[in-house]
Amino acid sequence: MGPLVPDVISNDLNFIIALVIGVAFGAILEQAGFSTSKKLVGLFYGYDFTVLRVFFTAGLVAMFGIIMLDHWGYLDVNLIYINPTFVGAAIAGGLIMGLGFVIGGFCPGTSVCAAAIGKIDAMYFILGSVIGILIFAEGYPLWEDFYKAYNFGGIRIFDTFGISQSLFAFILTSIALLTFWATSIIENKVNGISKPVIRFTPYYLGLTAVGIFIAISAFMFPPKKAGLLEMVENLEFVNSYPLNEITSDELAYRMMERDKKLQVFDFRTSDEYRKQSLPNSILFSIDNFFEKEPNRFLSLANRTNVFVANDEMVERKIAIIAKELGYNNIKILSGGIKTFDKLILNFDNTQTPQNKVEETTFAFREKASLVIPEMIKNNKPKGGVEKKLKRVVGGC
Amino acid sequence: MQTKYMNPYLAGFLLGLLLVATVYITGRGLGASGAVKSMTVQVVESVTPNHAENTKFYKEYLSEHAGSPLKSWLVFEVIGVLIGAFISGLVSERLNLTLEHGPRINSRIRIFGAITGGLLFGFGAQLGRGCTSGAALSGMAVLSSGGILTMIAIFGGAYLFAYFFRKFWI
Repeated sequence: MGPLVPDVISNDLNFIIALVIGVAFGAILEQAGFSTSKKLVGLFYGYDFTVLRVFFTAGLVAMFGIIMLDHWGYLDVNLIYINPTFVGAAIAGGLIMGLGFVIGGFCPGTSVCAAAIGKIDAMYFILGSVIGILIFAEGYPLWEDFYKAYNFGGIRIFDTFGISQSLFAFILTSIALLTFWATSIIENKVNGISKPVIRFTPYYLGLTAVGIFIAISAFMFPPKKAGLLEMVENLEFVNSYPLNEITSDELAYRMMERDKKLQVFDFRTSDEYRKQSLPNSILFSIDNFFEKEPNRFLSLANRTNVFVANDEMVERKIAIIAKELGYNNIKILSGGIKTFDKLILNFDNTQTPQNKVEETTFAFREKASLVIPEMIKNNKPKGGVEKKLKRVVGGC
Repeated sequence: MQTKYMNPYLAGFLLGLLLVATVYITGRGLGASGAVKSMTVQVVESVTPNHAENTKFYKEYLSEHAGSPLKSWLVFEVIGVLIGAFISGLVSERLNLTLEHGPRINSRIRIFGAITGGLLFGFGAQLGRGCTSGAALSGMAVLSSGGILTMIAIFGGAYLFAYFFRKFWI
């Protein structure tokens, strides 16, 4: 599950990847024509909208791609870098950059690109940006307060507008298509030519088809999680699904033995968990299956993972979802925590054993009913798994 | 010979896929100005280490970036950009030491414009926490409010000021 850094790919290997990604980035920008300032500023004078087309298309494809990966459970968006929102600095900085764009004819990425193929103006642009950074650094105390003011953190645009992600994606796509159409008309007018604005060449149709496929797969099919949740609503299916169980007695025994391989995942609410929880148990939720850090916990080798909840049916449903997601060493607690409470924690020692087996069982339960509450009392609840432990630090 | 550029929608599509791959692999987007910043901080640190130690901006930067400022993801990425663009220019026969400028200005004004524009971009990218790649494009990809706001300000600002500098270009 992504992002692959730093677990699958080490931080050092990441530098090599940065280099490879950079090569592709530079090649695409250069091939698109971003290595000439005349083409870049054409956008602002209406004679060449290449930049807008490339930029907007890239933004849309990337947006849909990320939504799609998230939707199918391949990328944990909680771990990716979301640029923080500092309203004042974002607007002021953006306006200054806009001014720099029309005066200098480049932006930092394109200037590097243009300098690489020998554009002398681009080299001066880079020199200028070094000076700009020095000025910012030297005068930092003067604008530090403004730089750090109006901080809204890593919020996302659909939350800001209070709409759903899909609606925002739809609106943005519509705006993009309208813009592509309108700018083609403007371009024709400014250049005094008459290229057809919409062309149904196989080429464009192909690109559009792939675009539509990505967009559809990002929204139309139910996400993996929703599909699984729906699946476990079928009680017949849930009851016939083979699952390994662990009895209250066995669980109690292994706890008292302090079995290192035992991992208890508690699926109750955090309030219930905080009130009373089994020794060394971890607070967990279905959402955690889809998050990178918690799910690492669940994939540790050679563990017996016991899922506990108030009643067995809930445990069953959750265990089925986990198994469908590919986790195999899972057991559910027979009868749920309720049964464990009744049989072990609140063992009724007034009943008389009917046979030899019951005699040993009751003796064990009596002992357990004294030891385990003590263990629970001395145990500090571990709580949930820290999710944002390794959020990538990024930024420009 | 008129060198032909790639179809813009195809280029955008490829760039978008590259950005998705970048986010999937590394959890972060593309960028550019950050590399220039690392380079600048490194130069300041080497030339006047005392100054770097006593100035708040560098101090903050150096404490956030343990190790050398040059050992940063963006620096490696931008070195890649240089290589990639060079290869592309080589393949498409666009390698040329030239200075481009509009028909109504001379080279000296173009150089002045390039330095001033770079200066503004360098400054603005610090204030706005990223440039067209890092804040605007990558911000749009992850739907960050701040990134999209910066994007609107960059392009809106450029349209706002374009009229006054038309002599530079057309």
